Amino acid sequence: MGAGSTVHKATPLSRRTARWFDARLGAASFARKALDKVFPDHWSFLLGELALWSLIIVLATGVYLTFFFDASTEEVVYQGSYVPLQGVEMTKAYASALDLSFDVRAGLMMRQIHHWAANVYLATTVVHLMRIYFTGAFRRPRELNWLIGVAMLILSIVNGFVGYSLLDDQLSGTGLRIAYNIAISVPVGGTWLASLFFGGDFPGPDLIERLFVIHILLLPAVIVALVGAHLALVARQRHTQFPGPGRSERNVVGERVWPTFAAKGLAVFLLTTAILSALGGLAQINPVWLYGPYRPAEVSSASQPDWYMGWLDGALRLWPGWEIRAFGFELPTPFYPSVLLPGVTFTLLALWPFLEARFTKDRREHNLLDRPRSRPLRTAFGMSTLAFYTVLFFAGASDVLAATFQTSVNGLFRTFRILLLVAPPVAGFVTYRLCREMVRRDRPGASAEATAVAPAAPDDGAARRREVAPEDAPEHDPASTAGVARR
Amino acid sequence: MSDGREPPTGEHRRAELVVAGAFVVSIVAALLLAVVYVVGGQPQLEGTFLGLALGGMGVGVAFWARCFMPSDEVTEERPELASSEDEVAAFTASFEAGEQTLARRGLLAKLGLGALGALGLAAVFPIRSLGPRPGAGLATTPFGGAGRLRLVDGEGHPIRPGDLARNQLLTAWPEGHVGAADAPTLLLQFDPGEFVPLPGREGWTVENVVAYSKLCTHTGCPVGLYQTELDLLLCPCHQSTFDVLHGAEPVFGPAARPLPQLPLDVDDQGFLIATADFSAPVGGGYWDRGRSS
Ligand code: HEM
Ligand code: FES
Repeated sequence: MGAGSTVHKATPLSRRTARWFDARLGAASFARKALDKVFPDHWSFLLGELALWSLIIVLATGVYLTFFFDASTEEVVYQGSYVPLQGVEMTKAYASALDLSFDVRAGLMMRQIHHWAANVYLATTVVHLMRIYFTGAFRRPRELNWLIGVAMLILSIVNGFVGYSLLDDQLSGTGLRIAYNIAISVPVGGTWLASLFFGGDFPGPDLIERLFVIHILLLPAVIVALVGAHLALVARQRHTQFPGPGRSERNVVGERVWPTFAAKGLAVFLLTTAILSALGGLAQINPVWLYGPYRPAEVSSASQPDWYMGWLDGALRLWPGWEIRAFGFELPTPFYPSVLLPGVTFTLLALWPFLEARFTKDRREHNLLDRPRSRPLRTAFGMSTLAFYTVLFFAGASDVLAATFQTSVNGLFRTFRILLLVAPPVAGFVTYRLCREMVRRDRPGASAEATAVAPAAPDDGAARRREVAPEDAPEHDPASTAGVARR
Repeated sequence: MSDGREPPTGEHRRAELVVAGAFVVSIVAALLLAVVYVVGGQPQLEGTFLGLALGGMGVGVAFWARCFMPSDEVTEERPELASSEDEVAAFTASFEAGEQTLARRGLLAKLGLGALGALGLAAVFPIRSLGPRPGAGLATTPFGGAGRLRLVDGEGHPIRPGDLARNQLLTAWPEGHVGAADAPTLLLQFDPGEFVPLPGREGWTVENVVAYSKLCTHTGCPVGLYQTELDLLLCPCHQSTFDVLHGAEPVFGPAARPLPQLPLDVDDQGFLIATADFSAPVGGGYWDRGRSS
C-alpha cells in the first residue's frame, strides 16, 4: 500500500507511453514542475476548488441533456407518460423536457443534477469571491485574476438564467417576458436590442433555438476559456497564503501537488459529485411538469427564480414606480433596478482592486493575506454591501414571505425599503467596531497569529521577514503594513 | 516521508479498514446502480447509488491521503513576476527591429489595416438580420387592425355582456388570435354606478363591462389575481396593484402606469367587440412609447 510504491511500480507500458509523448513534446520538465508545485493550505482555499468541480459536473451533465433535449418551438401534442399533461399542446422544447423527466432512464436525475450543480457552482463562486475580497487576495499582482473572476461570475449568472429559460414551461416564459421588457426599457437602443435578440416582438420565432446555442456553446466556451486562464494565472503567480511561522511575502509554504494535494483534490471532487448526485436523485428541483407549458396569459403565483437572480427580482419589486417623461420620451421604471443597478454593481466590483489601491496608495505586491479584522474599513464596506444585496434577495421572495408569515405584502415592502437603506450602514458600523474590538483583544495576550510573525524561525531569513509588519496593526498607515515593494 | 510501508500499527489497520470498506461500498453501489438502470430506472435509487458509488470512492481517497501520504510542509521561493531589465531590453530590441521593416512600407501597412477595418465594419451588418425593425409591433395589438374584432374566450367562443358576472375575471382574446402574446384582455363586470370612467372614456363600456389589457405595465406579466373585496388587481410578479374601478391606476408596487383600457361595444348579434386598439401600448414601457401611440 501507499502512494510511493505505486509510483515506483509503474508498468513498462505506461513508461513507454510517457516516453513516446516526451520524445514528441519534451514535456518532462514541465510536468515535473507541475507535480512539484507548492500549494498553501487553508479551509477557505477550498471554495474555488468546489466551484471548479461543480462547474465540471454542470458541463458533463449538460452534454448528456443535449442528447435528448429538443430546442424547438414547433407545437406538438404531448403523448408521453406523464398523465396530467397527455393530449396537451406544447412546444417540442417543453415536451422533450418532460420526456427527459419521465421517459429517459436516469434523465430526471441528470436534469436535476445539472440544475443543482448550477446552483452550487454559483453559490461556491460567490463565497469564493467573498474570501478573495475579505482577505485582500485581489491586490497586486492578482488584479487580472479578479477581473477574470468577475467576468466568469456575470457570464455564469446569465447562462444559468438562459438554462432554465430553455424549457418553455410557464416559469421560463414568465422570466423571458420580464427579460424582454427589461431590454426594451433601455433608452434609445432598447427596442432594437430586444428585436434583434428575440428575433421580433416577444416571444419571437427563434428565441428558444437562439437561447440553446448561447447556453450550450457560446457562453460555456467563453467560461471554460476563462477558467483556464484563471487557473493558469494561479499557477504562474502561486497561491496566496496567510501569515504564519516561516511564511513571508517571498515564499510559498505548503504541500506539493504530488501526491497528497492531488489526492485530496480528487477526494473533494468525488465527494462533491457524490453530494450533487444524491441531491439530483433525492431532492426535487424545477419540477417543470407542475408548471405546465408556457401560455402568455397565465402566470403561477409565487413563482421564484433561481437564487442567483433573487437580488435582481427584489430590486425590481422595491424600486418605486418612478418614470421620467419628457418631450414624448420616457425612461421606464425597470431600467433603474434591472439595467442600471447590475451595471453599477458589476462595474464597481470589477474596479474594486484599482479603487482600493488608489484609496490606500498601496500599489505593492501582496502574497500574504489579510485577516479581515486587520482591515476594518474594507471589511466593514464589504459587510454593508453584503447587507444591501441580502435585503434585495429577501425582498425577491416578498410574496412567499407574506404568505408564510401571514402578513400584508404592502407592509413587507415598506419594511424592506427601510431595511435597504438602514441595514447597510448599520452592518458596516457594527463590523467596523467588531474588527477594532477583536484586534484590541488580540493584542495583550498576543494571539497565535500575531506571535507567529514576530519570533525568528531558524530556517527563514529574519531580514526578509522584517519587511512584513505584524498584520494586526490597524493604526499603521495602510501603505506601510504589508507587502514588499518590487519596483 | 511517512508512507504506508512501516509496520502496521493499530491506527494504520483501522485506517486501512476504512479505506477498504469505503471502496467496497462504492463497488456494491455501482453494481446496484447498473441493476436499477437495467430494471427500468428510478430517480431516487439512481441518485442514492450514484452518490454512494462516488462518495465511497471519495471517502476512500480522502482517508488514504490523510493517513498514508506525506503531509510535510515545504517552503519554496516565489518567482519574481516582472521580467528583468535585460529581458525587457532584449524584447524591445527584437520588436523594434521588426517594427522598422514594417515602417519602411508605412503606407502599405496603413492600407492593410484599413482593409481589415473595412471588413470589420462590413461584418457588423449581418447583425441587422437577427430581427426586424422594432416599433409597430410594440405599439399595436390585433385589436388595432381594420376590423372591429370580437372578443372571444380561450376556446374561441364569442362573449355576450350577460355571460359575465360581478367578481369574476374572464380572460378574452381578439377573435382569430387566441393566445397572441400581446393581446390577453381582462373582462370585468360591475354593478351599475360603481365604475368611474376616465374623462373621454365614457362610452368605452357596455352594460357595465370593462376591458383592460392583462399585461402589467411594469414588465409585462399577466395580472391575474383579483382581490374582489377591494376591487384591486394584483400582479403576481412584483406585486403591482391596480384599482379596477378607477381606470386601473396603479395604487401600489413598482408599476408606474395604468393598465391600458380597451373601448368596447356590441355587434348586431350582441357579442362584445373592440371599437379600437387599447388606449396605450400594452406591457412595459420603452423609450419612445409616447411617440408611437
Ligand atoms: C455555466 C454553465 C451552465 C449553467 C449555469 C447551466 C444552468 C442550467 C440550468 C439552471 C438549466 C435548467 C435545468 C432544469 O431545470 O431542467 C439548464 C438546462 C440545460 N442545460 Fe445547462 N448550464 C450550464 C452549461 C451547460 C452546458 C455546457 C450544456 C451542454 C453542453 C448545457 C445543456 C443544457 C440543456 C440541454 C438544458 C435543457 C434541458 C433540460 O434541462 O431539460 N448546459 N442549464
Ligand atoms: S410585472 Fe407586474 S409588477 Fe412587475
